[in-house]
Amino acid sequence: MNNDKNALDRRSFLKASLLSGGGMMLTVSFLSSFKSADKAEALNLPDQWAQLNGYIQITADNKIKLICPNPEFGQNVMTSLPMIVAEELDVDWKNVTVEMGPHDNAKLGAQFTGGSNSVRSYWKPLREAGAAARQMLREAAAQTWNVPASEVATKAGVLSHSSGKTAKYGEMAAKAATLPVPKDLILKSPKDFTIVRKSKKNVEGQKVVTGKPLFGLDYRTEGMLIAMIQHPPAFGMKLKSFDAADALKMPGIKDVFNLKMYPEGFEQAGFDTRTFNDLLVVVGKSTWEVMNARKKLVAQWEPAGDVKDVVGGRGGKREVVVPGALESSQSQMEQMVEYAKKPAQELRKDGDPETAFKNAAQVIERTYTAPFLAHNCMEPMNFFAHVTDEKALLVGPLQAPGWVEPTLSKLLNLPPEKIEIQMTRMGGGFGRRAYSHYLSEAALISRKVKAPVKLMYTREDDMTYGIYRPMYTATYRAALDADKKLIAFHVKGGGVPEHPIHPNRFPAGAVDNYLAEGWQIPSNVTIGAFRAPRSNFNAAAEQSFLDEVAEAMGKDPIEFRLDLLKRAKENPVGKNNDYDPDRYAGVLELVRDKSGWGKPGSEKYSRGVAAYFCHASYAAHIVDMVTRDGQPYVERVFSAMDCGIVINPDAATNMVQGAVVDGIGNAFYGALTHKDGAAQQTNFNNYRIIRHNEAPKIIEVHFVQNDKDPTGLGEPPFPPVFGAVANALYKNKGRRFYNQPFKPELDKAI
Amino acid sequence: MATFNLKINGKTRAVDVDPATPMLWVLRDHLDLPGTKYGCGIAQCGACTIHLEGNAVRSCQLPVSAVGKASVTTIEGLSQKADHPVQKAWLEHDVAQCGYCQTGQIMTAAALLKRTPNPTDEEIEAQMSGNICRCGTYLRIKEAIKSAAKK
Repeated sequence: MNNDKNALDRRSFLKASLLSGGGMMLTVSFLSSFKSADKAEALNLPDQWAQLNGYIQITADNKIKLICPNPEFGQNVMTSLPMIVAEELDVDWKNVTVEMGPHDNAKLGAQFTGGSNSVRSYWKPLREAGAAARQMLREAAAQTWNVPASEVATKAGVLSHSSGKTAKYGEMAAKAATLPVPKDLILKSPKDFTIVRKSKKNVEGQKVVTGKPLFGLDYRTEGMLIAMIQHPPAFGMKLKSFDAADALKMPGIKDVFNLKMYPEGFEQAGFDTRTFNDLLVVVGKSTWEVMNARKKLVAQWEPAGDVKDVVGGRGGKREVVVPGALESSQSQMEQMVEYAKKPAQELRKDGDPETAFKNAAQVIERTYTAPFLAHNCMEPMNFFAHVTDEKALLVGPLQAPGWVEPTLSKLLNLPPEKIEIQMTRMGGGFGRRAYSHYLSEAALISRKVKAPVKLMYTREDDMTYGIYRPMYTATYRAALDADKKLIAFHVKGGGVPEHPIHPNRFPAGAVDNYLAEGWQIPSNVTIGAFRAPRSNFNAAAEQSFLDEVAEAMGKDPIEFRLDLLKRAKENPVGKNNDYDPDRYAGVLELVRDKSGWGKPGSEKYSRGVAAYFCHASYAAHIVDMVTRDGQPYVERVFSAMDCGIVINPDAATNMVQGAVVDGIGNAFYGALTHKDGAAQQTNFNNYRIIRHNEAPKIIEVHFVQNDKDPTGLGEPPFPPVFGAVANALYKNKGRRFYNQPFKPELDKAI
Repeated sequence: MATFNLKINGKTRAVDVDPATPMLWVLRDHLDLPGTKYGCGIAQCGACTIHLEGNAVRSCQLPVSAVGKASVTTIEGLSQKADHPVQKAWLEHDVAQCGYCQTGQIMTAAALLKRTPNPTDEEIEAQMSGNICRCGTYLRIKEAIKSAAKK
């Protein structure tokens, strides 16, 4: 498990020192890998763009183009990341245009959108990029005016000197681009920010509302064919035989064939997960024609049996056996109950939990479950590919181009420099598009049919393919002594096919006797990261359990958590506690105060609270539930976040509100179940997604104000929503709900 | 295959396609109007919403043969310069996250306001609940519709 509180600090490449003037001087190593453009290149750039580094281009007439390194899936990085550059570059945001960068890890960094990591990991490098360029522009002006660079000031894209000389950045850009990249940089103090912390509109908003072709599915080229895949009807099945004759007779159809994804013994990297290796492919001229031809395919499928995969990655190359059974949710649930009784792997132990539980005056034990979830990005999986013997062009929506490139290189037998991946805006991601099997499929299909191809999944293909949020369970136990004091805490979690436990998370560190254990059941149902992996279950179960423990102890649920955090701060138990108790308490206090918790005025609501720490940020919610038309309905939510400096407050608020809606929806409705290996939900008619009339009327979002380096926001607000909903539901219905999704449980009760 | 002369965004466009082809794919594949989105193909998500004689319809369930002489408006034809009150309100409230569903949301909202210029919250909820937003921007959608209604 990751202990990621200090991960960035450990990896930090900067030596920082505060200057007396309030700025910060940094010795740069990130930028040292950049070369400033040589003279010829600087002057002959297309459209006269002078490129100061990978992120910044300026024209002679002072147009500023900033490059967004990371793909955009709605978390607004195309706005927030350039805002960071613009801040240190010191330009007028009105003059800035933003462009999605090419895939170029050497120049633009990791380019991975996920793990709530974009702003967090690019904060320093982008500030450096902006500051370095600003210093190069000052130096260029200094040389031109024959004055010391230290006397050249900047403001909103204009250089000036006390002698009265001024120049727009554009006038100095070509010269600046030929200067060496400075080694020491002065970064702004947060109090001097003029762009960061000021809300800026989504730079692609205009294109979104006018329906411009932003997304992968919108990309087309001349002569492009449409491809679809037919995957086996159930997990654990494979293709036995097929007859394409009727499908091939259909209008517009070019080819029907069997595609083997990975060759025998292919060493898969961590995100090369694919559910089926044996696909039927239909290629034709238009989407509708391919959809119709698919209906004419005659295919026989058979059980695949156990499948051996070779998986590489951090643990080294190893063989993994994927079991062949055709699984059902019912049997998986029964299996989980059996596994939960067996001994499990110890993940963390403090004190002597066994004795503490034996001597307890009261033991509270509760078990929680949650099903597989499908990501259901609004834009189904798709990718454009044009592969020839010499090179490959791939265009579409994905979260991590750098991860799939080595895989493509092996599959296509092309060197990486012959593979160009262009990133389009994504119609949602939620982790799903880190698994780029669909890109590899598109590439192999294009190579086979020798034409540019757009591979497109239908909604049904997308929902039934796998790469789900795993199925989880956890049993929590709390021991109270005769004075109703919490003396021991035990969590034993498991899942299909992975367990959810983060052993060093709260309340580890706050209880003398603590035990965390995990177990897992192998499965052929493929899984992947889903908005705050593992945390999205833990926060539901643990925060619901803590509510129950607080009640047994006769304590207010917020006060109970604050007491534990006080303990974790003043006298922490064990090592490697991965949260900061002060910041954790901070969001609880903020949400308590903003919501009027414990004060008169909210009597009409059933109130539930939950808080959680993940992906380096802290979140707390209070959910206010009413009964509407006989059903529990979350009408109002208060949220408090601590993610350090908030780059773009209005967009950050939007994302927290969205996470709250997503959390409520998945808590009540989200479930992907199987029967004999086949997904039982195939489209939005039987996979329920929260809708407009089910969303709260008010979601009030508050941020803790501090000057800490920013951390992520895409995932952290999501997990505790589940716990807060569960706790409000208890107040509303008078009984606890332990199994997600809650709606079927509610219906059973009626 | 058959030829259809369609009235789309004020212009007549001819297409030669299978008469059963849904308008969604006629627009996207044959007329280079990709603003109308595919989300589910079964009229459950609203991403493909267009206007037929001013009424919001799901283009994934509308065969090209059923359009006849009716006028079709897509997001590309809703306004000339992104200045329809609903589009302006969407920008003012910075509604979009991923943005994929928003053209469908805007088309549904524009049709709602045409018929009901000052909708109540309940009317907005009733009309907009056929459009899924997976990012959960429903609050801003509602606020944007209310802003647009005032203009």
